[in-house]
Amino acid sequence: MTDLIERHDIESSDDHGDHGVSHHDHHGPSGLLKWLTSTDHKVIGINYTVTSVLMLILGGALAEIIRAQLVSPTSTLVSFAQYNQLFTMHGSIMIYLFAGPFAFAGLANYMVPLQIGAPDMAFPRLNALSYWLYLGGTISMVLGFFATGGPAAFGWVGYAPLTSAVNAPGVGPDLWIGALMLTGFSAIFSGVNLVATIFYLRAPGMTLFRMPIFTWNMLVTGLLILLAFPVLTAALVMLYCDRHFGTHIFEVQGGGVPILWQHMFWFWGHPEVYILALPFFGMVSEVIPVFSKKPMFGYKGMVFATMTIAALSLGVWAHHMFTTGAVLLPFFSIMSLLIAVPTGIKIFNWIGTMWKGQVEYTSSMLFAIGFVITFLIGGITGIYLASPPLDFFTHDTYFVVAHFHSVVMALVIGAMAGIYFWGPKITGYKLHEGWGKAQFWFLFIGTQVFTFPGYWLGLKGMARRMAVYPNNPSWQTLNDWSTIGAIMIGISTLFFIINLLVSWRKPIPAGDNPWDANALEWFTTSPPPHHNFLSLPPVRSERPTWDYYHPEHPALGHGDHVSGHAEQKVSN
Amino acid sequence: MTSRRAALLAVIAPLVLAGCQLPSFGAYHGITKGGTQSYELWQGFSVIAAVVGGGTFLLILWAALRYRRRGDTIPRQTQYNVPLEVIYTIVPILIVIGLFAATVVVENQVLSEPTPKATVNITAFQWGWKFVYPGENVVVIGQTTQNPTMVVPEGVNVKMNLVSSDVVHGFYVPALNFSRFAQPGLNNTFTFNFDKTGTFKGQCTQLCGLYHSLMYFQLQVVTPTQYRTWLKANALTPAQAAAAAAASANQINAGIPVKPAQTSYGVN
Repeated sequence: MTDLIERHDIESSDDHGDHGVSHHDHHGPSGLLKWLTSTDHKVIGINYTVTSVLMLILGGALAEIIRAQLVSPTSTLVSFAQYNQLFTMHGSIMIYLFAGPFAFAGLANYMVPLQIGAPDMAFPRLNALSYWLYLGGTISMVLGFFATGGPAAFGWVGYAPLTSAVNAPGVGPDLWIGALMLTGFSAIFSGVNLVATIFYLRAPGMTLFRMPIFTWNMLVTGLLILLAFPVLTAALVMLYCDRHFGTHIFEVQGGGVPILWQHMFWFWGHPEVYILALPFFGMVSEVIPVFSKKPMFGYKGMVFATMTIAALSLGVWAHHMFTTGAVLLPFFSIMSLLIAVPTGIKIFNWIGTMWKGQVEYTSSMLFAIGFVITFLIGGITGIYLASPPLDFFTHDTYFVVAHFHSVVMALVIGAMAGIYFWGPKITGYKLHEGWGKAQFWFLFIGTQVFTFPGYWLGLKGMARRMAVYPNNPSWQTLNDWSTIGAIMIGISTLFFIINLLVSWRKPIPAGDNPWDANALEWFTTSPPPHHNFLSLPPVRSERPTWDYYHPEHPALGHGDHVSGHAEQKVSN
Repeated sequence: MTSRRAALLAVIAPLVLAGCQLPSFGAYHGITKGGTQSYELWQGFSVIAAVVGGGTFLLILWAALRYRRRGDTIPRQTQYNVPLEVIYTIVPILIVIGLFAATVVVENQVLSEPTPKATVNITAFQWGWKFVYPGENVVVIGQTTQNPTMVVPEGVNVKMNLVSSDVVHGFYVPALNFSRFAQPGLNNTFTFNFDKTGTFKGQCTQLCGLYHSLMYFQLQVVTPTQYRTWLKANALTPAQAAAAAAASANQINAGIPVKPAQTSYGVN
């Protein structure tokens, strides 16, 4: 049996048809035209990643203004109207334009075909369309700042009827709706592409249970996108009709039901939490085994935990609506509490992977550990919110704000783990470790300094989305600490930008497999050639690259995953 | 049924008993039976969160520090330990069932609606509150800078009907350990039995537009005698009361300057 399967044996979809074995002399446009016209998943992945990281920086800048406003109880840095616009755009940019697109369309676009040994995504042109819709949505959202009357100011959740034509007149809210529709369709197409690619374009030997955890998570994310996003898009169409075509779907006048918006929004919104989180769970599940020099502990349990989270996430939307008095509390309470179980399994599996390993403190690994700790804090505080009596007095307060910022800041930290881990594969060069570690400590400590005062403020009674708090001047100290944390996070972003510049000026060549890693993306060159692989190793576990370079160290303790070189049937 | 109730008590009793000596973990103690039970539930959750979260945090630190890289040997490639994995699946499920049982018991207390002795109809509007005392000819209206005060009697069941006349608002009194959305076209009811007199701050929690930050009110709990006196002192004629109770937000705002006095807060 040969060690390498030749590339042309596994060639599947090739939408150009004009190139043969030599992929290095691929003839296509170069320069700007390449970025504008490419259907290569790697180019689209980079487009997505760069656009979404720019949105992260913009959203972060808005957050710094919000925190600056809150340093005193009666601050006048921004007006009430501007404050409402700021937090609306901050939330919208972070959720719709950064977190999701970065994870399920940026790094996933780049890495999923590589991890499964495919030459591209299943539908390359749909993939390009996906990016252009996303870019259109991004531009629509940002254009809100230039609209008469300013951008949307009803919060990123846009509860009806605050979004009606009467309560939120002007073109800003319409641009917001348009942006969500465009990015919504973009996400749906990305979901279709991910699911089709993972089901149909896997390399020979890569059974479902030999897929890397990141790819598994992207498959489940893709399915969740297909179940959740159409509901949001439908709700947006209904909202647009209310605003412009005289329907009364979300308005009491005329027989509408405002609370219907909350149901539809959160039917998308809670799965969306896991659509955002699962890709980052996947990223750290790639990073932690590599820098512990061990296989993913409890691999199959991890996969089932992911599926359980996804299944439960479709039945918990109304825990965002406990205080409406219009939902069945015990059902949504137990479903929400149960999500803690598979999430806990994941955390224990990450600990088990490090256990008795050789944990190497690269920047990427530090970010991954920081992710686990920060996510643990967000997860534990989330358990309170799943209990209706406790949610009653924390709902819409800074306790909730702190809770979900622990979660989403964990995702940002996880995103950095992914960037430092996969950056060398994408560019061919490593990022500077010293700046990376400085960035990590500022980001990690800044996150905790930023969120912890929020938990206390919420319990004292500070509601969300308050531009001033003149009735409670004693809240100032905690708010100031929170702002200090936000400044530290801002400084960490500066370190990241400096690191990019330093690493660009003094490149550190990475080589094909700088981390002695596991999955197939590390078997090809950095960056990979057009259509990705010149040859593939046999796939006999979820760590084909590791098995190839360390045939004497296969994963232990499971019959199906004994060895990369034992006799195996090749599934085709 | 009794055995089920006994099982629930067995779960919650340690939490409640332990609650007597525990720190507050940041929460208010509550001024109603339901609020106090919510506070004890909070304490119970916090103890479990501290044990589970703290333990897990130490495990993460231990794994990361104890097993830091010390050489180039490749560690044993352990991937599965089925008994261990089963344990850390089953134990969290048991904890969750316990938390859920305690939740249901407290929730039933918080949401119980015994026969009321007094009633307040609350209407939230942009950006203020209207408290109507049906049958008493008393109406309290206030917005932004003129925060209204809702006066209620101690020690009797007070029923509240909550609705919004425009967008979604949030009725929230931190000291009560309770909040509820005020929604247009959807009436919400809840009943309190206050066991403490005093004045407590309340505010809108749900974003409702420009002056959301200034939508305050006070809750004043007084003795039943003081309550009767207050009602008499503030009674309007039936016609006046009916007109005030029926006033729409627009009419209220026409009577009171919409823009709050604190324009220095950056109102544009």
